[in-house]
Amino acid sequence: MIQPVQALRSHGQRKSFSVMLKVWRQAGPTADGYLETFRVGDVNPDMSFLEMLDRLNERLILEGKDPVAFDHDCREGICGTCGVMINGLAHGPLKNTATCQLRMRSFKDGDTLVLEPFRAAAFPVVKDLVVDRSSLDRIQQAGGYISANVGGAQDANAILVPKKQADVAMHSAACIGCGACVAACKNASAALFTGAKVNHLASLPQGQAERKERAVNMVARMDLEGFGACTNTNECQAACPANISIQDISKLNREYFWASLTSQD
Amino acid sequence: MRDIKTFKLSIVSNMATVAQRILDSRVPDGSIEKKWDKRIFDVKLVNPANKRKYEIIVVGTGLAGASAAASLAELGYRVKVFCIQDSPRRAHSIAAQGGINAAKNYQNDGDSVWRLFYDTVKGGDYRSREANVYRLAQISTRIIDHCVALGVPFAREYGGTLANRSFGGAQVSRTFYARGQTGQQLLLGAYSAMNRQIYAGKVKSFPKREMLDLITLDGVARGIVCRNLTTGQFETHVGHAVVLATGGYGNVFYLSTNAKSCNVTAAWRCHRRGAYFANPCYTQIHPTCIPASGDYQSKLTLMSESLRNDGRVWVPKAKDDDRPPHDVPEADRDYFLERRYPSFGNLVPRDVASRAAKERCDAGYGVGPTGNAVYLDFRDAIKRDGEKTVRGKYGNLFQMYEEITADDPYHTPMRIYPAVHYTMGGLWVDYNLQSTIPGLFVLGEANFSDHGANRLGASALMQGLADGYFVIPYTLGDHLARAKFPSVSEDHPACKEALVESRNRIERLLGVNGTQTVDSFHRALGKIMWDKCGMERTASGLQQAIDEIRGLREEFWSDVKVIGTEGSFNQNLEHAGRVADFLEFGELLCFDALQRNESCGGHFRGEYQTPEGEALRDDENYAYVAAWEFNGVGNEATLHKESLTFEDVPLATRSYK
Repeated sequence: MIQPVQALRSHGQRKSFSVMLKVWRQAGPTADGYLETFRVGDVNPDMSFLEMLDRLNERLILEGKDPVAFDHDCREGICGTCGVMINGLAHGPLKNTATCQLRMRSFKDGDTLVLEPFRAAAFPVVKDLVVDRSSLDRIQQAGGYISANVGGAQDANAILVPKKQADVAMHSAACIGCGACVAACKNASAALFTGAKVNHLASLPQGQAERKERAVNMVARMDLEGFGACTNTNECQAACPANISIQDISKLNREYFWASLTSQD
Repeated sequence: MRDIKTFKLSIVSNMATVAQRILDSRVPDGSIEKKWDKRIFDVKLVNPANKRKYEIIVVGTGLAGASAAASLAELGYRVKVFCIQDSPRRAHSIAAQGGINAAKNYQNDGDSVWRLFYDTVKGGDYRSREANVYRLAQISTRIIDHCVALGVPFAREYGGTLANRSFGGAQVSRTFYARGQTGQQLLLGAYSAMNRQIYAGKVKSFPKREMLDLITLDGVARGIVCRNLTTGQFETHVGHAVVLATGGYGNVFYLSTNAKSCNVTAAWRCHRRGAYFANPCYTQIHPTCIPASGDYQSKLTLMSESLRNDGRVWVPKAKDDDRPPHDVPEADRDYFLERRYPSFGNLVPRDVASRAAKERCDAGYGVGPTGNAVYLDFRDAIKRDGEKTVRGKYGNLFQMYEEITADDPYHTPMRIYPAVHYTMGGLWVDYNLQSTIPGLFVLGEANFSDHGANRLGASALMQGLADGYFVIPYTLGDHLARAKFPSVSEDHPACKEALVESRNRIERLLGVNGTQTVDSFHRALGKIMWDKCGMERTASGLQQAIDEIRGLREEFWSDVKVIGTEGSFNQNLEHAGRVADFLEFGELLCFDALQRNESCGGHFRGEYQTPEGEALRDDENYAYVAAWEFNGVGNEATLHKESLTFEDVPLATRSYK
């Protein structure tokens, strides 16, 4: 535990330092990639990892060089846009955080950081550290919804959902869709991502009507997009910034198995 | 370029020649309770079999855009939906934390549609359109019903009913929430409804597209020009109506709680094509943000204001008291919100809380290394309810705070400071959400209509979904049923002209080849805006700001350095286009703030305050919406007024004492 006094005084007094970056550069989807080395100095421990990359890019632009392309948007860990492999770890060394939430205090002077895109057959590289994750959207489109038109809903309290059950649904629904689970998996499986949505909706009374079709269709789409199979290495759970549990994968398997055996179609 | 002296004169002449055109808000007659029902009955309907003949362009996939796309497709229209993110699910609505208001009165604590309406008009400091606000309150309850039906996992009580929390500006508990991730869950609900329509082939999704212009034909909106941000290719899309849901313009301040890609470009391009821009000076500063830590800061992080339910805001009573918070005894603490506003205490509206914090910091009582922060202390809540309860309510917010600051808020009070968060101004729309360009509808934060000069907490999500799920499905049909639609294809001269203009602009940006980065210009603009048009504004400061923005804009177009090419993935070029538009828009924002010689809600003019430092409205002269008409870059905009009348919530001085 951090002592309050020290924490306050340490701000603004911590020394800046420098890191060495080896960054994956790739001009386009079909171009060959390579690692380019940069030294970034004047790194402040309170700076975010992405602010460190901003600083590098400002320098590259002034030198007339192509800045490093990387995805980012909300910079507070909720939109799921950012995602970089840092020394082989999806979203870097800090547990359960997105790349944008990582502060440079997680590193020390002289560290070498190898930055690569989230790699998967289903995530083609767009440029440098940016990948195309539209395959995840297509999995959602295959069944990640409850068919309810605007206008017909009954009073929100008409169907009771016990707190425990609502909490289970919320836990799965918290997925931010960043794709770190895929990048961390040696099989590039999207089982955690798919399982999270299937279980979110299967946990709620409103999700029962389409429960079977949902599981079957989403898994079929996942396979079609070229994601690999799950072999229970648990890397996805370790990399997930939203704390999605691998229980969602075992539940997905159960949902899929049950639906395949009992479906009327 | 006009120099500043002429410019001052032009303001005077402008003030003298306002209201050239009467703005018709098209609010239905009758009592306020019956207006929306009357409009629903009066709108012309489109025959179900004909709906599929109409193609609707929806720009933006936040709560307003995604819900509009889904509900319009459910009705049978063909929809094309565009977003700048790589997935529609990433729109910035996703970052809203606290909750969504609805007048359900599930807590039996005296809430009603009327009370939500009243609170919102009052909270907006009597600068919103009553009829719109009443409709919003009416619709609020149905939003919750629909979201539950979509599987949004709202927080529940043990018995299974929905849980509520209270929020700033209200004395009832009417806010529905899903952990501290309400925006995420509501957006994913709307995204899932849209996905269902994509799967059914009724919605076509175009991610990574940035709208660069609006295509109009005979003064009617018929399409858009956009750039594919992945390939760099330009595209034109035509249809029968354009629904703009592109969010707010908070990033004109550079540092804000908005996502990095939030921008004013789509709205500004529509403004340049004739859509009036209303009340741009109404910008909301959120009181509970994490203070900036250095000059590298790229954005600010907000923490839900629900924290003020249990946290107590204080600073030391003595100036420059640098004791750590734990060592400051109770007697030496100034709980300044509770002191100044005994009945609302820490739950006063955002603008009041923000200014009070700034006042303490400016007076030398601020805390932390920069002195630009006040404490938000949970000590008493933890003592009262236990750490477990506090963790259950705010666990993820506390964790976020600790990740950023390395301080543990369970044991050390948070340090907070206000930051730009939401913009109440936006494109002017009538009661049907139609802009001054027929066929261009504007939803969510991108319009101006419901929040007046200040938005209450948990009302943004409500408005975005009200507009998309429950208003546009009715009002859009009225336009489609009445308007004439001459056939237009992508090689129509109007399309080509807009396309060429967009392309020329991009080429111009790449052609400057100067010496300063886009980001440095954006920071410089942000500093002007924050210093001179931020929490407190004065006439002389605003005049300086306008002068400086004009100078900066000139410098931008002669010395900006943009790397790379047009026909490729180019984030630097994307940013350059947005900053170029902010450099035009920022001037209008300051101009609007300058003409409004009063203080109201998010617009505080130093010259207009009570002896106690509270906002001093001038209802006699300024109870109007300022809607600006574009007259060319560097030329003064023309002011049109929509006068506001308050028949159901009588004008009163807002007091939270």
